[in-house]
Amino acid sequence: MEAKQPIPPAVIRLASAEETRRLAAHLGGHVQVGDVIALTGTLGAGKTTFVQGLALGLGVPAGRHVASPSFALVNEHPGRIDLVHIDFYRIRSPAELPELGLEEAYDRAATAIEWAERFPEWLPEDTLRVTLEVEDGGARVLHAQGDGPRGHALLRALRESLHDEP
Amino acid sequence: MLILGIETSCDETAAAVVEDGKVIRSNVIASQVLVHAEYGGVVPEVASRQHLATVVKVVRRALGEASVTAEALDGVAATCGPGLVGPLLVGLELGKAMAYALAKPVVGVNHLVGHFAAVFLEAPGNPSPPPYPHVALLVSGGHTALFRVEGRARTMLLGSTRDDAAGEAFDKVAKLLGLGYPGGVVIDQLAAAGNPTAFVFPRALPARGDLDFSFSGLKTAVATRLAGLPRGKGGAIADFCASFQAAVVDVLVRKARSALRREGLRDLVVCGGVAANRGLRQALAAAAAEDGFALYVPAPALCTDNAAMIALAGTWAILRGERAALDLSVDPGLPLA
Repeated sequence: MEAKQPIPPAVIRLASAEETRRLAAHLGGHVQVGDVIALTGTLGAGKTTFVQGLALGLGVPAGRHVASPSFALVNEHPGRIDLVHIDFYRIRSPAELPELGLEEAYDRAATAIEWAERFPEWLPEDTLRVTLEVEDGGARVLHAQGDGPRGHALLRALRESLHDEP
Repeated sequence: MLILGIETSCDETAAAVVEDGKVIRSNVIASQVLVHAEYGGVVPEVASRQHLATVVKVVRRALGEASVTAEALDGVAATCGPGLVGPLLVGLELGKAMAYALAKPVVGVNHLVGHFAAVFLEAPGNPSPPPYPHVALLVSGGHTALFRVEGRARTMLLGSTRDDAAGEAFDKVAKLLGLGYPGGVVIDQLAAAGNPTAFVFPRALPARGDLDFSFSGLKTAVATRLAGLPRGKGGAIADFCASFQAAVVDVLVRKARSALRREGLRDLVVCGGVAANRGLRQALAAAAAEDGFALYVPAPALCTDNAAMIALAGTWAILRGERAALDLSVDPGLPLA
């Protein structure tokens, strides 16, 4: 079901890491195989925290450590839907990207990519783009933009979660 | 007994020959050797993960430096996980092909078991071998974890990082400070001249008895604190590095002590790239003297990723009678056995 109209970006304020995780876990409940979530934000903005919540929503066991993939480049977590967690931080050239198995991950799992803006041409057209900003005082502001049918569906799921909040 | 080890799990392409489960006959790492020769300088990033282009050269060089022919080998060991699927396949498939052509045994080695083997190699700068069981602290760019090591093939995970590895925290803070990436070593150097109590950074110490780590909050605290600092103060950066390093080291030392206490053990092995950190070594040595445990830190070249440790772990596996079938594949998410 393709969205006829582009959906405007969502802007969501997150007061704590726990709120970031909860929102991402809600999103994870809507994620399907093939979905790609591209994350952007400075060091310490909460990208890995977001993916930790996403993993919970995907049914990755709560005891499993969803650690930063900055060094390993790719971590995989088995869940209701498998999560491939990728990090472009240490990648210097597009020549290094084929070995990460991006396209294969896009086909068979849900994929979350940190520092995705470094190689935007390697993201599929259908992507949910999430940017995290740090406010003075430590709260985070999440900007989400959906491209393509699945990007739109995930953006809608993020918006819905706001109405679920007490 | 001569075993060839091949390591291609992440950044490094490496090969080594180890004799009789002790002596390093050669230990070649592409980023340190080939790049020097071809570009006339230290350009480690050039060789990162160029496994397919360099692995045959590296293996040839390892055999050459060891003065052994491939036919003289008694077996081949290659890392089969954890790591990146493509790079792992390059090393393992080469290992299997060589073993098949030479009609010699081949085994797949868990990269982490390799790290625990490194301290048992006879090498300049390596300590006398620790007894089993002991506690191992693996602390690097990719790992921060504590293990109970029961024997050559029996290891139990006690705790690990929930978010960032300690080495990653060092490298990312160095980047925040404009010291380049990776810059963990620069932080250690600057910290030596700084005051570790100048800045107060959080120590993430989850519940008592929990041997997990968390460095993500510290990274964020550093970023926040840095944003509020005036730029260009020469002395402040040394104090900043010293304070940050103290926060990381403090947590690593406390958790290692807790692990030793909990397991009732008196021997601690520290491996991984961060084991070379001067501040960590000093703090661990002080803790060892105070608590009465023995500290074993491998030589720096054996702390970081290398193939000698894979050759040794492979030697042990072959001595146990293990043989990999030629359809053995890699496991990027391989846990400890």
